[in-house]
Amino acid sequence: MWDYSDKVMDYFRNPRNMGELPDANGVGKVGSMACGDVMYLYLKINPETEVIEKATFKTFGCASAIASASILTELVIGKTIDEALKITNKDIVEELGGLPQAKFHCSVMGSEALEAAVNDYRGIKPEEKEELEGKLVCRCFAVTDKLIEKVVRENHLTTVEEVTAYTKAGGACGSCKAEIKEIIDRVNSGCQTK
Amino acid sequence: MFAYLDNNATTQVAPEVLEEMLPFLKEEFSNPSSMYEFARRPIKALERSREAVAAFFNASYGDEVIFTSCGSESDSTAVWGVLQGLRNISNGSRSEVIISDVEHPAVFNLKKPLEKRGYTVKVLPVDKRGLIDPDSLREAITEKTALVSVMWANNETGNVMPVKELTEIAHGKGALMHTDAVQAAGKIPLDVQAIPVDVLSISGHKIHAPKGIGALYLKRGTPFSSFLAGGHQERGRRAGTENVAFIAGLGKACLMAKEALPFENSEVKRLRDKLEAGLLSIPYSYLNSDRECRTPNTTNISFEFIEGEAILLSMSDKGICASTGSACSSESLEPSHVLLAQGLPAKLAHSAVRFSLSRYTKEEEIDYTLEEMPKIIARIRSMSPFWKG
Repeated sequence: MWDYSDKVMDYFRNPRNMGELPDANGVGKVGSMACGDVMYLYLKINPETEVIEKATFKTFGCASAIASASILTELVIGKTIDEALKITNKDIVEELGGLPQAKFHCSVMGSEALEAAVNDYRGIKPEEKEELEGKLVCRCFAVTDKLIEKVVRENHLTTVEEVTAYTKAGGACGSCKAEIKEIIDRVNSGCQTK
Repeated sequence: MFAYLDNNATTQVAPEVLEEMLPFLKEEFSNPSSMYEFARRPIKALERSREAVAAFFNASYGDEVIFTSCGSESDSTAVWGVLQGLRNISNGSRSEVIISDVEHPAVFNLKKPLEKRGYTVKVLPVDKRGLIDPDSLREAITEKTALVSVMWANNETGNVMPVKELTEIAHGKGALMHTDAVQAAGKIPLDVQAIPVDVLSISGHKIHAPKGIGALYLKRGTPFSSFLAGGHQERGRRAGTENVAFIAGLGKACLMAKEALPFENSEVKRLRDKLEAGLLSIPYSYLNSDRECRTPNTTNISFEFIEGEAILLSMSDKGICASTGSACSSESLEPSHVLLAQGLPAKLAHSAVRFSLSRYTKEEEIDYTLEEMPKIIARIRSMSPFWKG
């Protein structure tokens, strides 16, 4: 039994902004059914002001994945794209009143979905995006070095176990754990990219 | 309303079992190894329980029963105890152990430590039905095989393995046979005369005894070396002062379970079948258990397009208790190894819910569950990007 905060359970029981958005002009789709969670984030962005006017979600996943997506929609509505992109997974966790560490990857998915939706709005196609996203480190859960660098930096992570909790990377076959450790050391030593 | 449909996880203690235990937690507190008259009732309680547990297995002798602290201890003791016992009397030529792909972690997680100790561990696959094909054991077994350890019934699906045939094959090559019967106990007959396994594990809390008690059946003459160092208890096979109250409870639970077997296979099965038929009438729901070779109390069903933890938490909000094969319900990131082993795609393994009944399950609980589940599934599906209902 997970020790979810009251807020997580509230957003799971009564999700805000749930559903598709027919007039969305930025849609972010992240995760995979095989991995156990998928998040679709729909944004309606005003092209003049770049303000996010509407945001909705649909999620396949656990209570914390649903709650993370729902609270993210509330966080981004009314913000400009650039303001919204400053939202990190840490903000999502804080807004939810905390998450069990093993569920941090749900909040990371939220920030990934947001980035994907903005990329979609800006016309950056998934293929180009993959190049931007970097090299695949964890094949089991399709996690790239860019994402690992990002969570290590933003959350001051120091161990492989923490990276697994935040991104799932290394959580299945474990063959990429040495590579994850290298990335942690690299980021924490101050060099952000290779 | 409250519906407890998670009896493969644990069961309620039968009132009669608790009654049997209480004197030994109160006034009859003596150590059964003591010499005085005051120890007589605990000694008698141990004897009575040992006979009841032996009868539950249809074992020939009371001394073929060893009390342990739980199912996991029974499994570890069985595997290590028998292997060490064999090693003590042979030249180490038997260096292989065969298990299956769907074993409970109590057996499955022995694979690595066994390999570290120099054993070769072979893992039998299951077919699409989630059953072991005896031919796979025929292919895997060699003159070097020391021990075959295959569960009698699976905890997640309830599937019943062909233990009789597997035992014949093992014995045919001179190997010993252990079966983890934790989930078979109390649901189907455990008859070691008809199915002559050498070692068998059970756990008390799955059959209406409390947590913290288990037992092993160890056929007379089976090589065995004690796993725990210490006193002479259990004929030197399991040291530690006997947990008299819990042993007394386990004996009573075994007596009751044996008597209740016909009820399990009629009334409990009827309720399980009713629940299963009702749940399978929900669109895009699939049965993961085998229809025929299965314990009468268990059904495992995937509800496509949604994830198990979300289903369970919504069920919990309605007072309905069950389990899931989804990764999200545990610290692990991968879904049920049992369901993946039988070839279920990961997305359906994440969607799996296990319902397990007991002889205390009431028809109202089933009716209530059948009333609530379609609403719960519909609500979570409405949030899923894959649901186009």
